[in-house]
Amino acid sequence: MKPDEVLARAAAAPVRHRGTVVVSGVASDSHTWNLVFLQLVIEELGYTVVNLGPCVPDEVLVERTTALLPELLVLSSVNGHGYQDGLRVVRALRAAPELVATPMVIGGKLDISAEFDPRRVAELAEAGFDAVFPDNGGGLAAFRRFVDTFPAAPRLTTDSGLPG
Amino acid sequence: MSGDAGTGKHVSACSGPADFGRFVRAHGGSRALVVQPRMGFGTPAEMRTGLLATKYADARTVGTITLDSYTRVGELGAVDRALRDGMALNGYPLVTHDRATTTAVLAGIVDAGFPVQVRHGSAVPHDIFAALVAMRMNATEGGPVSYCLPYGRTALAQSVRNWAECAERFAGLREFGVEPHLETFGGCLLGQLCPPSQLVAMSVLEALFFFAHGIRSLSVSYAQQTNLDQDVEAVFALRRLCAELLPVENWHVVIYAYMGLYPTTDAGAYRLLGQAAELAVTTGSERMIVKTVAESRRIPTIGENVAALEHASAAGTAAAPGGGPPEGDSQTYREAAALVEAVLNLDEDIGRALLTAFARGYLDIPYCLHPDNRGRTRSYLDEQGRLQWADLGSLPLSPVVRSGRGRRVTSSSLLADLSYMQRKFDSPWPDSGRGPARSVRTGQRGVGR
Repeated sequence: MKPDEVLARAAAAPVRHRGTVVVSGVASDSHTWNLVFLQLVIEELGYTVVNLGPCVPDEVLVERTTALLPELLVLSSVNGHGYQDGLRVVRALRAAPELVATPMVIGGKLDISAEFDPRRVAELAEAGFDAVFPDNGGGLAAFRRFVDTFPAAPRLTTDSGLPG
Repeated sequence: MSGDAGTGKHVSACSGPADFGRFVRAHGGSRALVVQPRMGFGTPAEMRTGLLATKYADARTVGTITLDSYTRVGELGAVDRALRDGMALNGYPLVTHDRATTTAVLAGIVDAGFPVQVRHGSAVPHDIFAALVAMRMNATEGGPVSYCLPYGRTALAQSVRNWAECAERFAGLREFGVEPHLETFGGCLLGQLCPPSQLVAMSVLEALFFFAHGIRSLSVSYAQQTNLDQDVEAVFALRRLCAELLPVENWHVVIYAYMGLYPTTDAGAYRLLGQAAELAVTTGSERMIVKTVAESRRIPTIGENVAALEHASAAGTAAAPGGGPPEGDSQTYREAAALVEAVLNLDEDIGRALLTAFARGYLDIPYCLHPDNRGRTRSYLDEQGRLQWADLGSLPLSPVVRSGRGRRVTSSSLLADLSYMQRKFDSPWPDSGRGPARSVRTGQRGVGR
């Protein structure tokens, strides 16, 4: 669905609408199926999804997220560069005053190792992500639980003042 | 051993490289199959080794130079840095290596018995085509839609302009006595879950686009999908539409072995590859691009590629004779013909027709997230593993598609469909029939590969 259509639909949304979630790939990643799948997962949890698709440049991601002010921003990457791309773009996102408190998460295959280093999870969190869901170790189940218990839990964490 | 023994010796001194299309038509079709790898290496020495191994594989082969992904997206500075710092590239940087280097890579390999095609994947291919023309390299592939919408964010209108300019520039090779060949990538799109009729229509439309911009040696692609009977029907529909619509005789069909989530076991990978060869031979297709046992894990080695080429060639030879094209209009033919006709009626300029078609949703790739794709169509696999429309969106198919509205695609059904072929071919109990064992037991494995 096009962002404009989403806005139109959101304006006329029924009362059960839980809000809008933005799903996006990162700049260097041309994979699509992970984004399509996440859109369906999140829609099934009651949200409207704006899917920005693959290869989204940092400035486009900041601009679209600022315009849409979603309940949650979900970044997904599977090409092995998600760690670097994620660190860079989350700092750009947090630098926008409108997005200081917007919940942001990242998941997927975030580097080229078989097991994602927990220290890198900490680095991504410190750079501004509210949660990190590496592909190994039940990332998807944890992500589902995270979104399903939303917005109470992540609101608390973001309000508690993460850096960025 | 590939190539006619000795044919290279009879080529006159003034001639350029052989026409890729004419070569494939001479050696493929009528149950013979020309096989080809996907293969690209960053260093000239490795690239040369790969081409030599392809040439001397025990199969009728053509060579491939796959370009690296920085060259594909036009980040030539990143190529320079990688070459300077000794970082491995995932393909051959044709634009950056100087001409003498590439000439040395090809010397004694390319001849009348072994043409080579350059494969890339760029919606902004000016530098690539400039290098091809400068090197008199006369075979490549792509398309204004198929190299744009599934990847990245280049505007479709820009890609149409780029591909029109590049095809015309490439056609200029004829001034040097060299026949340029272009293959459509339109038979692949997102690799999986696009119903075959739209793959067929896109391949035909891109071939017509190339013809309109001066290319006279063409091939049309079709990527193996999820049901052999449906694929056979689709390739016959593709052949019939090309015969009806392409104003040249010099065209052939290239089958891509499955482009979706690949089996993880060697046995499963080989059986799936064998089925692609069966599809190719059954439908009189002239050429096939193989996949290897390493596909689900990493970039394949040269040895794995050679094994895949030889397996595909042998499987093609061993395939049972097919029954020929279906009587009358198949369902896939009716749908593909309706799509092509609707698009061609929009504008006499095929580039503008393609743009209008996507704007109106007359063409609409299921699950494709590009801003210029309407994204209102949906598809699913039925109980036989055939790809069906779940939602037609605005496709002009309601007169020819019986069902096709209102089936809900869920995250778990999407996962099951995406991993269907992997599940089916990794199963230790080979299916005698062509139907699925439609379970969802593999869960989320493989999404996003």
